[in-house]
Amino acid sequence: MSEFVLEMRDVSKSFPGVKALDHAQLKLRPGTVHALMGENGAGKSTLMKCMFGIYSMDEGEIYIDGEKTSINDPLEAWDKGISMVHQELQPIPARTIGENIFLGRYPMKKALGFIPVVDHEKMYEETGKLLKRVRMDFDPKAKLGTLTVSQMQSVEIAKAVAGNCRVLILDEPTSSLTQNEVEALFRIIEDLKKENVAIVYISHKMDEILRISDEVTIMRDGQYIGTWDSKDLTTDFIITKMVGRELSNLYPKRDNVPGDVVFEVEDFTSINPRSFRHASFNVRKGEILGVAGLVGAQRTELMEGLFGIRSHVSGTIRYRGKELKINRPKDAIDQGIAMLTEDRRGSGIMGVLSVADNISIASLNKYVDHGFILNTKKIAELVEENRRKMNIKTPSGKTLIQSLSGGNQQKVLIGRWLANDPEVLILDEPTRGIDVGAKYEIYCIIADLAKQGKSIIMISSEMGELIGMSDRIMVMCDGRVTGFIDGKDANQENIMAFATQFE
Amino acid sequence: MNNNENFGKKVLKYVKANPIVVMLVIVAIIVGITKDNFFSWKNFGNLMSNTAVRFLIALGVSGCLITKGTDLSAGRQVGLAACIAGILIQRGDYSGRLTSLPELNMFIVLLIVIVVGAVLGLLNGTIITLLKVPPFITTLGTQTIVYGLCLVATDAQPIGGFQKAYTDLINGRIGNTNGFHLPYLLFVAVIAGFIFWFLYNKMRHGKYMYAIGGNEIAAEVSGVNTTKTLMLIYTRAGIMYAIAGWLLAGKSGGASTSMGLGYELEAIAACTIGGVSTTGGIGTVGGVLVGVLVFELLKIVLQFLGVNPYYNYIVQGVVIVVAVALDVRKYLAKK
Repeated sequence: MSEFVLEMRDVSKSFPGVKALDHAQLKLRPGTVHALMGENGAGKSTLMKCMFGIYSMDEGEIYIDGEKTSINDPLEAWDKGISMVHQELQPIPARTIGENIFLGRYPMKKALGFIPVVDHEKMYEETGKLLKRVRMDFDPKAKLGTLTVSQMQSVEIAKAVAGNCRVLILDEPTSSLTQNEVEALFRIIEDLKKENVAIVYISHKMDEILRISDEVTIMRDGQYIGTWDSKDLTTDFIITKMVGRELSNLYPKRDNVPGDVVFEVEDFTSINPRSFRHASFNVRKGEILGVAGLVGAQRTELMEGLFGIRSHVSGTIRYRGKELKINRPKDAIDQGIAMLTEDRRGSGIMGVLSVADNISIASLNKYVDHGFILNTKKIAELVEENRRKMNIKTPSGKTLIQSLSGGNQQKVLIGRWLANDPEVLILDEPTRGIDVGAKYEIYCIIADLAKQGKSIIMISSEMGELIGMSDRIMVMCDGRVTGFIDGKDANQENIMAFATQFE
Repeated sequence: MNNNENFGKKVLKYVKANPIVVMLVIVAIIVGITKDNFFSWKNFGNLMSNTAVRFLIALGVSGCLITKGTDLSAGRQVGLAACIAGILIQRGDYSGRLTSLPELNMFIVLLIVIVVGAVLGLLNGTIITLLKVPPFITTLGTQTIVYGLCLVATDAQPIGGFQKAYTDLINGRIGNTNGFHLPYLLFVAVIAGFIFWFLYNKMRHGKYMYAIGGNEIAAEVSGVNTTKTLMLIYTRAGIMYAIAGWLLAGKSGGASTSMGLGYELEAIAACTIGGVSTTGGIGTVGGVLVGVLVFELLKIVLQFLGVNPYYNYIVQGVVIVVAVALDVRKYLAKK
C-alpha cells in the first residue's frame, strides 16, 4: 500500500502555442489538506482537469493507492473517488437541493415492478444525511435558488463527497465567502480530514493556505517547483517560489507625471441594490489608478456601469468639468472613454472574425469615404501600425483572432480602443490569462499611455501588479469604495485592510 | 508547374471544405451525360430563373443567420407579397377580380409590397431587439400571423388574370428560349448580389453585422448599435421577400396562399450549404449563391432522374441535415 492516495507523475499537456503543463507532479496523502499554488496560468487548473479526466494528458501517469490507472472522463474520476468543487458553481437554482446533489445519478426504483422511476423518497433521505455531514440543516426539498452562495457551496461539497470520496478538489473555495462563512468551510474541511479524505486546496490567499493546509505544492509556468510542509513556510518564500524572480523587475520603470484631475465620478449607484453604491473617485491626467478588491467587491460592475454596459440609478460622471450622459457603451466611446473588458472571450474578441475586423470595429466611422464606403486601405494601415507598435504576433490582418495567443488577442483589443484615441482608459484585468512575456509588454504599453497623458483606471486582482503599476490605488469592498492608498505606500496588508472592510 | 500544384491544392481544399457542393456537381455532370436535354439552353434558363428568385430570399435570410438569428417567416412573407401583388395586378376586365380598385401599374404594386415587407421585417426586428424574444420564436409567430393575413387578404381564393405586361416582363429574356438566352430574372439576381456584396464588405453596416454574429456583447461594448443594426437586417430581409414574392407571382402567372410554403427552410438550407455558419459571424454572398444554385440543381437533377416528386422532400431533407452536420464538424475539429 502506498503512502499516497493519489499520485500524478510527469504530467505534460500542450495547447496550440502554449505548454500548459511541463512535467508537473502532485502527491496526495490521505487525511491531509494539500495546497496547490501558483500564479494565474501556472497550470493549476489544467493539472486538476487532467486529474479529473476533462483533459487528456499528453504525457504522464496517474497512480491511485500506488497502482497505475487512467482517468478518461469526469464520471470515471467520480467512480475512483475523485470529486471537484469548481470555482464557478454551476447549480440549477430552479430545482431542489436533492435533485442538484443527485443530478445524473438519481436513485431508481421500479414502479409496478417494471417501470424505472426516480426514487424520490430515498433521494431526499440520502440528501438529508449528506447535508448533516456538511453541517447544514436544510430541507432537502428546498429550491437551491433560495440559498446563499456559501450555502450553495456547502451543497456542492455535500454533492462532491456523496460517493466514496477519497480526493476532493476545492478550486478557490473562499473567493466569494465572508469571514464567517470561511470559518464554516474550514470546519467542514476538518471533518473531512478526519474521514481520511485528501483535499486539494487551490487558493491565492496566503493566510488561509498557511492555516488550513498540511503540505504546499508550488507550480510556475506549468512546471513543478516543489512540495513543502506548510509549517516550514512563510509568505515571502511562497511568493518568491511562485514568481521565480525578484518582484522589482516585473514592471517597467514609469515616468508618467499625474496632472490635474480630469475624470470625476460622484455618488455613483447601481440599479441593483447588491451592486456598487455611492462610489466617488477621480482620476488625474496621466495617472494610473489601480482598483483593488476581493471577488464580489463589484469593481467590474462599477466600471461597466460607468461605461454604460450596466445601468445606474444615480450619480454623475464628469470629464474636465463637463457632465457626461452615458446610457450605453456608444455614449461613453463618443465622449472619449474606452474600456477593455475583463472577459476577453465573452465581451472582447469576435473569434471568427479577422484581426483587422476586430481592431477596427470600434472606430469604423474614421475610415469611411463619401459617407458610406469603407476605406480598406486605411484599415490595413491601422492594423499594420498596431502590429508594429505593440509587437502583435499575427501572420496577417486577415488571420482569425481566435488563432492568436491570449496576449496577442489582448494587444489587438487594446489597439481597438487606441484607434479611437480615448482620453480615459478603463482596463479590467488587462493581463489575466496572459503569459509572463506578454504581460511585461502590456505593462509597457500602459505606462506609455499614461506618459502620453491618458487617464488610466486599471482593475487587477494581482496585488503585485497593482502595487507595481499604480500611482494610486482605490480599494473597494462589497460595492463601496473603502479607501485610497498612494502607490508608493501600498502593500498587501493595507490593501487587504480596506478590501475586507465589510459593513 | 508550381502553379499547377497550387491549383491542385486549392481544388483539394475546396473539395474538403464543400463536400456537398462537389458531390452534387459530380452527380449533375453524370446525369447530364446520361440523360438527353439536361445540358440544354432551356434547362439552363430554367435553372437561372429558379435560382434568381430563391437567391433573393436567401440573401434576405443570410443577414439573420450571420447574426445568429433566423427568419422562419420568410416563406409566408413571400407568399403574402405574391398574393398582394397578384390581387393588385389583376387585369381590370378580369371576371374573377378580387378588388374594385382601378388597374394599378405593376411598379407601383412593387412599391406597395416592398412597404408591406419592410413593415413586417421591422416588426420582426422590433420584437427581437426590444422585446428580446429569440428570433426562432419571434419569426415562428410572425410566420403564422403573415399566413393569416394572406388568408384574410385572398379569402383563400387562387388569383389569376394578371396584366400581360407584368408576366411578359418577368418571364422575359434576352435571346430565344431554344438557343442561348439570359432571363431578365438573372439580371435582378446579379444586381441584388452586387448590392449585398457591397453592403457586407464595403460598408460599416456589414462589419457591424459580422461583429454581432461573432460576439454580440463584444459588438455592443465596442459601440456598435446592435439594436439598429438588427432592425435593419430584418427589415431588409422583409423587403427581399417582398421583391421575391412580386417576381414569383409574375413568374408563375398566378398566386395562391400556398405560395412560398417552406421557402424559408430551403433558403436557410441553401445558406448553410453555401458556408453561412449556424454559429454566427460567417457567411459570404458568393457562398449563398453557390448554396442556392446547388439546391436548385439538386431539384432539377431529381426531376431528370424521374424520381417521384414525393421523394424529393426526403432527399432535400437529407441534404440539409448532412450539410449542417458537416458544417458543424468543421468547427468542432478546430477545438
